[in-house]
Amino acid sequence: MDVKDIIKPENKVYGKCPVLTERVLHYCPGCSHGTIHKLLAEVIQEMGIQDKTIAISPVGCAVFAYNYIDIDWQQAPHGRAAALATGAKRICPDKYVFTYQGDGDLSAIGTAETIHACNRGENIVIILVNNAIYGMTGGQMSPLTLEGQVTSTTPYGRDIALNGYPLKITNLIAQLDGTCYVTRQSVQNAAAVRKTKKAIRKAFENSAQKKGTSFIEVVSSCNSGWKLSPVDANKWMEDNMFPFYELGDLKDK
Amino acid sequence: MAMKGAIVVDRERCKGCGVCIVNCPAKVIGLTKEVNSKGYPMSYMANPEECTGCTNCATVCPDSVITVYRVKV
Repeated sequence: MDVKDIIKPENKVYGKCPVLTERVLHYCPGCSHGTIHKLLAEVIQEMGIQDKTIAISPVGCAVFAYNYIDIDWQQAPHGRAAALATGAKRICPDKYVFTYQGDGDLSAIGTAETIHACNRGENIVIILVNNAIYGMTGGQMSPLTLEGQVTSTTPYGRDIALNGYPLKITNLIAQLDGTCYVTRQSVQNAAAVRKTKKAIRKAFENSAQKKGTSFIEVVSSCNSGWKLSPVDANKWMEDNMFPFYELGDLKDK
Repeated sequence: MAMKGAIVVDRERCKGCGVCIVNCPAKVIGLTKEVNSKGYPMSYMANPEECTGCTNCATVCPDSVITVYRVKV
C-alpha cells in the first residue's frame, strides 16, 4: 500500500492537540517540558474543561507556558505558584486549578507555599517537573540534584558534607494528610508518557471531587543543562535518577 | 489483521531531537541530512514500509510535530 493512500484525514489516529497553540515551543530539542505540556493539553481536551481551567506558571523555563496551552494562566513570583493557586481555587471553586513548577521553583524557594497548600488540602493539582537542576539559569545545583551530580555550581559533583542531601520532596508531601494522590512519573518513552497522562487525568478528577491536593512529580531530563544529547539524557535519567527517585504512586486515597 | 501506518512530520517545527527514533519499535524513522530554517535536521520515514502506525513516535514527541495515520490491511 502506498503512503499516499494511508495519509488521508479519515485514517488519522494521532496528531497535535487543538488545546495547544500554534506557537513553536522555546524549549531545547528533546526537553521533557514539551511532552508534559502536551499531556496537560490532551487531558484538558478530553475532559472538555478548556474554558474551566486556570493554570499557574512558575519561574523557570516554563515561565512562558502560557504561550503554549490555550487556557487561562497566571504567572507566579518564584515559588509562589501554590499560593496563587489557592487564591484562584478559593475564588473560583468550580474551576480546575493546577500549578506547573520546576524543582528549583517548588522545592527550594517555594517549599513553604507548597507544603502548606498541600497540608491545607487545597483542591488543586501540583505538577513538579524534576530535572534535578535549575535549567533556565544555566544548570546550577537544586535541592533535588543527585549526590555526586556535576552541575555548574558543583563542578566536582554534589558533595553531601558541603551541599546536604537531595530532597525527596514528593515523599515529604505524601506524609501530609491534605494530599489525596501523590505519584512520581516520567515521560522518556511511550509507555511512561501514557502512564503520566493517566496520572494527570486522575489528579484533575480528584480536584473536581474535592478530595484534596494531588501532587505529580514528573522525573524529567534537561539535556542542555546536563550537557548530553536528548537521547543520552533520557538514558542518563533512567540509569541515575530512577534508582533514587523511584517511579510509582506514593499515595492514592 | 495487520496494520499499516504512516507519519507526517511538520518539518518547520521539528527540532531533530531524535527521541522518536529510539522509541520507534519498527525502526522506521531517521533524520534528514538537510536542515530546516532553524538549522535542525528533521525526522522522516526512512523505512516507510515498516510503519504500523503505533503512535509511539508522536506520543513521545515533545514538540507535537508528528501526525500518525493508520489503516487495516
